[in-house]
Amino acid sequence: MSLAPAEVDKPETGQRAVPELPWVTIVWNDPVNLMNYVTYVFRTVFGYPRPKAEKLMLDVHHKGKAVVSAGAREAMERDAETLHGYGLWATVSHDS
Amino acid sequence: MAGFRATSGGVTARFAAAQARIVRDLVSQVAELVGGDQPSREADDFAAELGISDSTALPEDPVLARLLPDGYQQDPEAAGEFRKYTERGLRDGKVAAAMTVLATLPARGGRVRLSEADAQAWLRALNDVRLALGVRLGVTDDFDELSSEIDPGDPRSAYVWVYHWLAFLQESLVDALS
Repeated sequence: MSLAPAEVDKPETGQRAVPELPWVTIVWNDPVNLMNYVTYVFRTVFGYPRPKAEKLMLDVHHKGKAVVSAGAREAMERDAETLHGYGLWATVSHDS
Repeated sequence: MAGFRATSGGVTARFAAAQARIVRDLVSQVAELVGGDQPSREADDFAAELGISDSTALPEDPVLARLLPDGYQQDPEAAGEFRKYTERGLRDGKVAAAMTVLATLPARGGRVRLSEADAQAWLRALNDVRLALGVRLGVTDDFDELSSEIDPGDPRSAYVWVYHWLAFLQESLVDALS
């Protein structure tokens, strides 16, 4: 699974359909969710090791959002649905 | 109260009667809010069985909108389709988590001992309550500032304390599970 949190803030490229681009799940910052809870959710849902989960949590916290998974659209929709179950604010995207 | 801690028999915490009442009351309110607003449940039992709902729009109530967020940004059509196939399951899951809390937290308080699965449900239910309170209290990143701005006579001031206490409780539960 490839993750590209550093590329989240790339400039707008419009809505070009580029088949090679994977779909991604983005988690957005919110002022309520606890930092240790968000890390726990990333570890539980994706099985990420603690350092990776913490890095993603900090990206969400400081940059406002982070790409937490990438792959087929259906898989990303399942990830977003699961994260909504945990109360995280997640969206599916194809152009980030 | 010392929050949750890990023991060989699962994670445990002791609740005073007043604390149990607060948690049960708020969890029930969220369950009622999330579970009580499903107009299509009787209308189409077959769709309901498949987890499909009629609702395709973001709820108007800001608390519901936060608990049941859009799955796509700036793409209302995709967001609507996503909601159609996920919202009912999401609502059911949140209600089920709330019911687990109500089933495991005695109304009179006392010791709570949770299995891993129950603890997961508690985490999600406590988080939903905090999200709901956060919306009603207008929590932002400057929440400490807001806390000091709320007049002690404001009915919300009691909930500011509850909000912080629930954060402590949830954080201790995460630590106990980690």
